[in-house]
Amino acid sequence: MPVKLLSNQYNIFPLGDTAATIDLGNIINEALNDKVIAMQQWLQVNSFAGVRDIIIAYSSLTLIYDPVSVKRKFSPAGTVFDFVKQKLQQAYYNSLVLPQEEAGIIEIPVCYDDEFGVDLKTMAAQKKMSEEEIIRLHTEKIYRVYMIGFLPGFPYMAEVDARLSTPRKEKPVMVFPGSVGIAGSQTGIYPFNSPGGWNIIGRTPVEMFNETADDLVRLKVGDRVQFYKVGRQEFENYLKC
Amino acid sequence: MSISIIKPGLMGTIQDMGRYGYGSLGINCGGAMDRYAAQLANALVGNDSHEAVMEIHFPGPQLLFEQNALISLTGANFSATLNDELLPLWQPLLIRKNTILHFPELQNGARCYIAVHGGFCINSWLNSYSTNLKAAVGGFSGRKFEKGDQLSFKESTIYFAALMKEGKDVHALGWKPDTGNTYQYPNEILFMEGNEYPLLSETSVSDFLQNNFIIHPSSDRMGYHAKGPALKLQKKIELISTGVGFGTIQLLPDGQLIILMADHQTTGGYPRIGHVISAHLPKLAQLRPSESIQFKKTDIATAEAMLLSQQRDLSVMHNACFDHLNKLVC
Repeated sequence: MPVKLLSNQYNIFPLGDTAATIDLGNIINEALNDKVIAMQQWLQVNSFAGVRDIIIAYSSLTLIYDPVSVKRKFSPAGTVFDFVKQKLQQAYYNSLVLPQEEAGIIEIPVCYDDEFGVDLKTMAAQKKMSEEEIIRLHTEKIYRVYMIGFLPGFPYMAEVDARLSTPRKEKPVMVFPGSVGIAGSQTGIYPFNSPGGWNIIGRTPVEMFNETADDLVRLKVGDRVQFYKVGRQEFENYLKC
Repeated sequence: MSISIIKPGLMGTIQDMGRYGYGSLGINCGGAMDRYAAQLANALVGNDSHEAVMEIHFPGPQLLFEQNALISLTGANFSATLNDELLPLWQPLLIRKNTILHFPELQNGARCYIAVHGGFCINSWLNSYSTNLKAAVGGFSGRKFEKGDQLSFKESTIYFAALMKEGKDVHALGWKPDTGNTYQYPNEILFMEGNEYPLLSETSVSDFLQNNFIIHPSSDRMGYHAKGPALKLQKKIELISTGVGFGTIQLLPDGQLIILMADHQTTGGYPRIGHVISAHLPKLAQLRPSESIQFKKTDIATAEAMLLSQQRDLSVMHNACFDHLNKLVC
């Protein structure tokens, strides 16, 4: 049974002359994200000459294309963008959001020790909460992976308990691989060393990206994730196996 | 069959036309900054345009050719010199083995491309030779060149002995493509409106269109910081992350601009005030820190027409180079 969308609204605009974005709304919403996944699947099945890549985000899909191939194959009367726009409209109207099979929850161990959760103390002070309370709230909820972006394998998960919501830092600092952070209502995991502005509350020994693995990334869009707290010893043991 | 890297120079990597198809896993496209120069480098030596090339910056590397080779140099002019002989750019060059290619002086441009007939022996990762420095995969061992690296290239079917001049280390073949207007008016960069362009304040629109923006030294393969008058939106907006592209001009919270370049991340959440048109990315990629940019607005139809015409010219030159070379191959 197809699920009905919240609204019939979208905006399609060129993202330069080799990409077009269909945006369903500037909000984090499960139904919109489901629709984005459905459009991606429809476009994969109904692909056409010139498609280079599809990037999906919270509530938008960006189709990257080669205008030369589109022009050669279809010789559209108008611009290549207008041709691609029609394809995105078709994806919007023809793609069906199918009810997800109830997938299992992926459990991710996190060590919240001070050494790893470098911003935990500051957050606790700001929020007048104990570190234990923050950890409890972070591990209690089941999150949805809405998108993979920023870095290879970086999962954008939402939404954290309103009490944990914290704006990004003013200035990015160096962040270690495996760092688990909070930015606004999102929580995420850094797969690599990188400058980052998220508030780091712990570290996971689970690899988010492996270039030799078949599926390359540990988490994918639509996955359900729950964190659980581990001690330093368990963290080290996990790394060994 | 190899090139030995005596000195690595600044940020030398293997690149190609980019890695597409994995954006939804956060794996960015990467690839050559100046795709036009990279394509022509391959065309000149009879390679497919998706073959791997070396992208080098100034100070350039010192390369020992341990085999005869047919190479080309395109893009920036770093006074490429073989032993003591100055080499022409944008021309196929037969190089005798045991010679050293080096780059003593910066003339113009930011990156130079080196292609070798037959292509480099590099394993592709996810259908591309491009180096992904963040994930440390692809290209040459997932990293920039280091001293002592040995870069192999494929065996050539060209009969060098018949073509090389006695006593000469280099012989330039007699054809040179016309790069037309690709690099004309190097500081004038055409852009098309981004989705948040209409939200710029009136003053900011005129500031954007009438001022020169200076490329900041912190600019790199990921993005160019363009310094100029701080721009403002009519009212502040918070955007959730969406896809971004090569050439996307983002407005940072402090009012400054960042233009996303080849190694840009897949998604971003800053207002997109414009997109540099693809036909102007090659000349933008050849601008260096402290040089200036003047933004000029155009529309999607013009942007597409310019890109299609640039690619048509490239394809004509590619075919012409192949015809010339076929006559030399045994």
